[in-house]
Amino acid sequence: MIVEAIVFYMFSTILLLSGIMVISARNPVHSVLFLILGFFNAAGLFVLLGAEFLAMILVIVYVGAVAVLFLFVVMMLNVDMSRMRDNLKKNMTVAAVVGFVLLGELVWIFSNWHFSEDAELNVQTPFSAEDAMDNTRALGEVMYTDYMLFFQMAGLVLLVAMIGAITLTLRHRPGVKRQKINEQVNRQVKDVLRVEQVESGSGIV
Amino acid sequence: MLEIGIVHYLIVAAALFVTGVFGIFLNRSNVILILMSIELILLSVTINLVTFSHFLHDLTGQVFAMLILTIAAAEAAIGLAILMTYFRKKGSIDVTEINIMKG
Repeated sequence: MIVEAIVFYMFSTILLLSGIMVISARNPVHSVLFLILGFFNAAGLFVLLGAEFLAMILVIVYVGAVAVLFLFVVMMLNVDMSRMRDNLKKNMTVAAVVGFVLLGELVWIFSNWHFSEDAELNVQTPFSAEDAMDNTRALGEVMYTDYMLFFQMAGLVLLVAMIGAITLTLRHRPGVKRQKINEQVNRQVKDVLRVEQVESGSGIV
Repeated sequence: MLEIGIVHYLIVAAALFVTGVFGIFLNRSNVILILMSIELILLSVTINLVTFSHFLHDLTGQVFAMLILTIAAAEAAIGLAILMTYFRKKGSIDVTEINIMKG
């Protein structure tokens, strides 16, 4: 029990500190790196909660794909960030008021949270911690049966996002040689090759 | 204090959510940091869902957490693509200067 508490406090402290560093770091590359640290610690929290599959997905998808995407964009854009920090003081008061009110309300609501007596009745897909089935298999058995439609729709969303990102960033620069697939495939020998009989001692004009 | 219950996880998620909102307010002109703040907010929502999934012994929360991860990845990809296109056109990503479509 004490080990669980220590691990929980470690993960959550590092998570919150790296969250604060994400929004306050001067260099955006540092922000992305702190975001990666935060995701790792959130994955640790997921492991504590028994959601091993989601923890691994978080590490693979977020650290491996999304954070690296952010890193690429930050490095590619080469934006002068110091110019954008001018009105920090003006935003600070509004941000502090909104943030502390929101935090106070949320903590107030959550700090005396308890489930109602019949909350168990609403459980859709129950599983027990003592179950021999591991988390990944339990999730798979639910996801490919009860939530098949949602799973497919998530795939469609990813497809649309992929096509959208490609069409948004694709550009045809003038003066760059591109492949013309149709012309290249339809090229015939007789169009480009000519065989001539050359007399010896003379050339082709 | 040493007994980690649902309240602990919920408060961590709430603090992370507020950090994200704070970041949006603080870096109002920088789109990349706004996108990262949105990622933080979505992460806090995911933590909430997994927490309830664990304490209610219901797998539905984890399924929906996975769907949220999908949506977050798609959103990041589209947002960064728009950002790239805009930067190519204007040479700046200051949100306060994005007002071409203003009527």
